[in-house]
Amino acid sequence: MSTTVSTALRTSLPDRSLTPKTVASYVGGVTPVDEVGVTERAAALSTRSVKRESKLAALDLAIRMCDLTTLEGRDTPGKVAQLASKAVQPDPTDPGIPSVAALCVYPNLVPYAVEALAGHPVAVASVATYFPSGQAPLEVKIGEVEWAVKAGAGEIDMVINRGAFLSGDYYRVFEETASIKEACGTAHLKVILETGELSTFDNVRRASMLAMEAGADFIKTSTGKVSPAATLPVTLVMLEAIRDFYARTGRPVGMKPAGGISKAKVAIRYLVMLAETLGSDWLTPDRFRFGASSLLNDLLMQIRWIQEGRYQSPDYFTKD
Amino acid sequence: MVSRLEVRKTYKLYIGGNFPRSESGRSYPALDHRGEIAARVAAGTRKDLRMAVRAARSAQSGWAARSGYNRGQILYRVAEMVEDRAAAFNAAIRLFGVGSAGARREVAGSIDRLVWYAGWADKFAQVLGNLNPVSGPFFNISVPEPTGVVGIIAAESSPLLGLVSRLAPVIVSGNTAVVLASEQWPTPAIALAEALATADVPGGVVNILTGPKDGMVPYLSSHLDVNAVDAYGAEPGQMEEIEQAAAGGAKRVVRPPRTKLDWDKAQSPYMIAAFTEIKTVWHPKGL
Repeated sequence: MSTTVSTALRTSLPDRSLTPKTVASYVGGVTPVDEVGVTERAAALSTRSVKRESKLAALDLAIRMCDLTTLEGRDTPGKVAQLASKAVQPDPTDPGIPSVAALCVYPNLVPYAVEALAGHPVAVASVATYFPSGQAPLEVKIGEVEWAVKAGAGEIDMVINRGAFLSGDYYRVFEETASIKEACGTAHLKVILETGELSTFDNVRRASMLAMEAGADFIKTSTGKVSPAATLPVTLVMLEAIRDFYARTGRPVGMKPAGGISKAKVAIRYLVMLAETLGSDWLTPDRFRFGASSLLNDLLMQIRWIQEGRYQSPDYFTKD
Repeated sequence: MVSRLEVRKTYKLYIGGNFPRSESGRSYPALDHRGEIAARVAAGTRKDLRMAVRAARSAQSGWAARSGYNRGQILYRVAEMVEDRAAAFNAAIRLFGVGSAGARREVAGSIDRLVWYAGWADKFAQVLGNLNPVSGPFFNISVPEPTGVVGIIAAESSPLLGLVSRLAPVIVSGNTAVVLASEQWPTPAIALAEALATADVPGGVVNILTGPKDGMVPYLSSHLDVNAVDAYGAEPGQMEEIEQAAAGGAKRVVRPPRTKLDWDKAQSPYMIAAFTEIKTVWHPKGL
C-alpha cells in the first residue's frame, strides 16, 4: 500500500515520507477559498450570452460530454439496453447528433451495458466502492472495483470516504483512494467528493487536492443522491483546484459535475466556466463530463428548437 | 408638509403563480380612451411564453388529478375574490372608456360566469361521457379527459368577461392555460391574475401574459408542448397562419365564431367539451 501512496504523491511531495501527519499537513497547507469571490465569479460567468452558432456547437459538445446515467434500485438489463441504444444514437431521427461519452450504471449491470455497447464508441462507466455512501470496508470496495473492471467497465466512479474526511482522517481518505486507483488498473478513475456533504468550499478544495494527489483521473461533484448536488460555484472551486494542480504537477485532471443539471442552458454555463477557468484544452469529453440523465433530452430539444424554430415537447423524445 | 407621492402599481406577468417582469425587461403603454397612458404594462416575449408553457405543463397533471368537486370549489373561490375586488375591476375597465353601467355589467357577468362553470366542474363528465351500448359481454365507457396545456388568445374588446368566458371552461376540466391577454386593454387581465393568485388556484394552472400578440401568437401556435389553442380572440386574417403552425404538432385549434359574439350569452357545457378528449375503454363484464 505505501508504495502506491508514495508513487502517487511523488509529483507533489517528493522528499517527504507519507504518514498521517505529513498528509494532514499537506491538506492543512491547501490555500483557503474566498467564498464570496467564488459565488460572484460564478454568477458573473452565468450571464455570458452565447450566440446561435456557438450555441449549436456548445450543445453538440455537451452531448458528447454526457455520461448518460441510470442509478436506481429498479434498473433492469432491459432498461440498460434501451439506454445504451440512446447513448449511441440519442436522436434516432437525426443521424447528425453525436453519441454520448459513456453510459454509467451500477456494477451489476456492467455486463449488459458492455454487451449492448460492443463495437460502439461509447464507454461503459460503473459506480463502485459502495456507491453512494461508501460505508464499507476497503477490501470490499476494492473487490467491487476489480469485479466491475473485469466485467468490462472502462471507467470507475468511486466515492471518497466522507466520514473519514470530515473527522480529519485525511490519510485514510488518501490511502483508500490511492488503493482504488491501483485496483482500477487501466480503467479511468473518477473520484466523487459528494460536495453536498462537505459543507464548505475549503473542504471541497482540500478534498479535490487530496483526490488528485491520490491519482484521480477525474474529480466529480456528487452522487446525485444528496442535495445540493452540482452547483456552479462548487464546480468553479474544483476547476480552480484542477488548474492549480496542473500548474504544479503538469498532470491534467478531468472534471465531472453531476446531479441536478437538467437544462441545456445550465450546461452551457458550465462550459463557459470551464473554458474561462481551464481554457479550451479542457473542452473535450476526455477532460470534462456531465453526469446526467434528463439533461440529454433537453439538449436534443434545444438543438431541434434552433433547427426548426418552434418550441419542443418532451413527448416527442424517448424517456429512457 | 411634503405632499405624498402616490405609489403606483407595476403591472407584471403572471407565470407559475409568480408575478415576474418580462424577460426582455420591456414594457409598453396601454392607452386609455383619451389616448393617454393608463398604465405601463410588461411586454411579454416568446421567452416569457416559453416559461409560461413550462409552468403550465408542470402544473397540469396535478390539477387534472384533483377531484372535479375540488376544482369547482376553487373556481367558486375565484368568483368570491373577483366579487371582493369588484370596485378595482370596475375602475380598470372604465379606464378604457366603458361607462359605469357597462363596467358593472361586465364585472357582474364575469363573476356569474365563474360560478356557473364552478357548478359544472363535477357534472360535465356525466353529461359528456357515456356508457355506450355494445353487443358483447363488455362495458364500453366514454369519459372526457382534459386536453392538456391550452393557449388562449383572449378577445381584444371584452377584457374581463371575454377572458373569463374562455378561461373558465378550459381550466374547469383539468386543463392548464397560457393566456395572451388583450393587448389593447391589458389591465383587467392582470387584476384577474391577482385574484387568481389569492384564490387557491395552484401556481401554473393559469398563466397570463401581456404584450404584443404578434410576437407571441406564432410561437404559441407552433409550440409542440401546447395541446390546444383557443383562437377566439384572433383576427380572422391570422387563422391561416395559426392553423398551419398548429398542424405541425397535431394541435387542436378552436376558431373564432363567424358572427360577432355576445359575451353575455357565451356559456355552454360544449365550451368545456371543446377542450377535452374522449377516452373510450372496454371492460369485460362479469357473468
